[in-house]
Amino acid sequence: MDILSLFITVPIITILVLVFTKGLKQARIISMVGSIIQFVMAINLVFAYFNERAVNDAIMVFAKDVVWFKQFNIHYSIGVDGISVALLLLTSIVVLAGVFISWKMKDLPKEFFISLLVLSIGVYGFFISIDLFMMFVFFEIAVIPMYLLIGIWGTGPREYSAMKLTLMLMGASAVLLVGILGIYFNTNADGGALTFNILEIAQVNIPLEAQKLFFPLTFIGFAVIGALFPFHTWSPDGHASAPTAVSMLHAGVLMKLGGYGVFRVAMYLLPEGALHWSWFFIVLAVIGVIYGAFAALKQTDLKYINAYSSVSHLGLVLFALLMLNKTSWNGAILQSLSHGFMTALFFALIGMIYERTHTRDVTKLGGLLKVIPFISVVYVIAGLASLGLPGFSGFVAEMNIFVGAFQHDNMFYRILTIISVSAIVVTAVYILRVVGVMLMGPINNEAYLKLERVTWYEKFGILLLLIPIVGMGVAPLWLSDMILESLQPFIQAVL
Amino acid sequence: MDFSSFLLMRQEILLLAIALLLILTEIFMPQNKKSSIVDLAIFLFGIHVIIGFFAIEEGSMFGGMFNTNNLIHFFKNVLNVGVFVLLLQSADWLKEKIVTHNRGTEFFVLLFSSLLGMYFMISAGDFLMFYLGLELSTLPIAALAAYETTKRISSEAGIKLILSAALASGVSLFGISMLYATTGSIYFNDIIEVITATNLSILGLILFFAGLAFKISLVPFHFWTADVYEGAPISIASYLSVISKGAAVFILMILLFTVLKPLMHIWEHIIYVIAIATMSIGNLFALRQQNMKRFLAFSSIAQAGFILLGLIIGNQLGTATVVYFVLIYVFSNLAAFGVVQAISLETGKENINDYEGLYRTNPKLSLVMMLALFSLAGIPPVAGFFGKFFLFIAAASEGYYILVFIAVVNVTISLYYYLLVVRAMFLRKSESAIPFFENKLYMRLGLIITVLGILILGLYSPLYDYIFELSSKLL
Repeated sequence: MDILSLFITVPIITILVLVFTKGLKQARIISMVGSIIQFVMAINLVFAYFNERAVNDAIMVFAKDVVWFKQFNIHYSIGVDGISVALLLLTSIVVLAGVFISWKMKDLPKEFFISLLVLSIGVYGFFISIDLFMMFVFFEIAVIPMYLLIGIWGTGPREYSAMKLTLMLMGASAVLLVGILGIYFNTNADGGALTFNILEIAQVNIPLEAQKLFFPLTFIGFAVIGALFPFHTWSPDGHASAPTAVSMLHAGVLMKLGGYGVFRVAMYLLPEGALHWSWFFIVLAVIGVIYGAFAALKQTDLKYINAYSSVSHLGLVLFALLMLNKTSWNGAILQSLSHGFMTALFFALIGMIYERTHTRDVTKLGGLLKVIPFISVVYVIAGLASLGLPGFSGFVAEMNIFVGAFQHDNMFYRILTIISVSAIVVTAVYILRVVGVMLMGPINNEAYLKLERVTWYEKFGILLLLIPIVGMGVAPLWLSDMILESLQPFIQAVL
Repeated sequence: MDFSSFLLMRQEILLLAIALLLILTEIFMPQNKKSSIVDLAIFLFGIHVIIGFFAIEEGSMFGGMFNTNNLIHFFKNVLNVGVFVLLLQSADWLKEKIVTHNRGTEFFVLLFSSLLGMYFMISAGDFLMFYLGLELSTLPIAALAAYETTKRISSEAGIKLILSAALASGVSLFGISMLYATTGSIYFNDIIEVITATNLSILGLILFFAGLAFKISLVPFHFWTADVYEGAPISIASYLSVISKGAAVFILMILLFTVLKPLMHIWEHIIYVIAIATMSIGNLFALRQQNMKRFLAFSSIAQAGFILLGLIIGNQLGTATVVYFVLIYVFSNLAAFGVVQAISLETGKENINDYEGLYRTNPKLSLVMMLALFSLAGIPPVAGFFGKFFLFIAAASEGYYILVFIAVVNVTISLYYYLLVVRAMFLRKSESAIPFFENKLYMRLGLIITVLGILILGLYSPLYDYIFELSSKLL
């Protein structure tokens, strides 16, 4: 078994073992072991990647290709570049943290962990696919467990949110399917055979008309899961109703499929279409950035605040991708990673606060810094990272994005850049407002004095997410190099 | 005439022999052992299924009236497996409700006659054989739909089915007579040579198509479906929606792709419109259904609309994707009907509301149902996804992007109502949930086969390659 296929088989084996467990204790131990193995594999992959890259300059390394459906030229085709390695690492960390955060899942624990792992299979598979068909399969595998995860273990209007999320994302994947078929049937433009292989398609000159027609379909299909305005509405409701670990995975990992798919499929394979449509989608992305920030300003529910903040931050990712510039692309990938760790951390902390105080309403909370200092301090750190303070991951990402974006020589794009920069100010306002009201200030409820201190498994989950945030902020270069190197084929194809 | 050529009709002869044997056995069987007729029938049919898997010679008989080739043979095997699973799933119902009224044997004789009719229909080499097969496959089903004579709704279903089926075959026959009038022959091979698009032949095509559309329950010929499914015993509803529909799709495909191929520029428009109508209307009606049988009825109408996406392109790729989809659809739908059957037999409940909280009391049944619904909805990695995706590829290969787009929108709509059932089973908690019960051996076996089918058929790619190779036989 090669190093990449293990990312799919290990969760499958974990699930098969889980089926035979009884009760919470067994289920969580097995899931933890499985996730730790994944985590170690991801770390190992990073080192293996650096070693391999030194001797191998193929676009995708560790590539493997097995024919699956030969009539349609569908292959089981996998491989990674620096971008996917970084995202795989992110996924494994968030999943492991998610398992720790769900340590006390009382209702149907076995089923919960199984669904969580199915979701992770979808995400892992998506990031290692080179074949469009495979990618699509894993995309849907990642989405459908969300229905059960939110519907069964969620809170509030869980049935509504679960259905809304599933239908919007599946609707998007339906649009995407047409886009993929459109690409597929134009891959013989240069006289070759029809193919789903991304690397092969990138060599084909797809006719301009087809690019213009299928770029929006492919772009929207992926961007919905990346919370593109106005298709972001599934995301806040979904976040708010989901249980903690699911919110973490959802915001931390699942939404990253959007940006990755847009970059790897829509823009890489249809570069002319991207040039033709970029002005339109960039306006939508900027609206998302601003709108998300202002919406977060008005919310009082902690989860909604972070959900809208995600819309804003991921809007920046799409914005940076569409700027068609090397530096801003680098920033977009960094922002994906940084946001993944940050939001997962936020949702984990919110979950802990909610578990103790039974409310997520900012106006009802106060003075938490005095009673649960560890959680509160980490919340402040996460907040500072989110508003882009130097020294944390958010700064590196946003710096790259805006420096790159402002290099665009068209006035229209520069103005848009200035508009999106202003969202950072709004971000600072809503973050600091929450920190001020909820963490500082007087303790406004007697019951809060008896709040339980943070437990070992919670600490573990928090630290797992906190370390990369600080690490990326302090030493961004090794990661940035890894990504920049992998941007080369994109630069050749698009710019 | 060489008697060994009768081996071409091996499947038909064997099935007929089984039906006759069952009648004879019943006469000599002591009264207190009547329920073992079910076991015997399942055993004999199981042997028939296994024998079916042996390779068969290709050829034709009776001066071209009866054809067989590997594709047709494969399709008969699909029908066989479907009927076998269906028998397993209805064994307990038969033992409890039917054999006790001394009507076990007739059930099998009628069912097998209908299956025999389908064999002849898909093997037909001329319109006479086709029409005989059509009638033979329909009439026994009408009797079976009315089989639960103690229930008024069942008799109503029988009458509805026989009336609409009679009308449909009448219309079809009228169409055939027009085709005969323009071409002067009822033999498929002769018609291919001479048929051209004249007003009369186009009218014949339309009427003939309408007749078969009744059987596949394409919109606007679908009105009988929900009522009949609701009234008929579940095994028969399942038979109608899986076996009967599958066979009708197959013969329609053969006729469109071979005999009526010269009129393709006409029928591709008809199919285009009907595909959109069938998918959309089937889905929209399914949204509000409460009764599981009616729900599955509309869902199967919508599924038929998707099948048309493969039919519209009229080539080898179309044939392969349609056969592949029907094969998967057989397993998915049988799994869904099987669960409905099991629950209905145990508790008599058939509404979606009754399924609330089912996962917490009967987790295995709920999982089977969920897999079946995901397969029908086309969620990977279960088989239904592959079936649908390939149909979309087929339609897109000829540039029908708009049709594919409408279809994928419909997939999303259909996901909503399939998830409603999942919601009831998994998300809801209910005080009055159906209590835990054990399924009997036959039912378990019937469900396990379908689940294996749903899980394996899609991921196992050589199967599709095999079907694709067989599909070249048709053209």
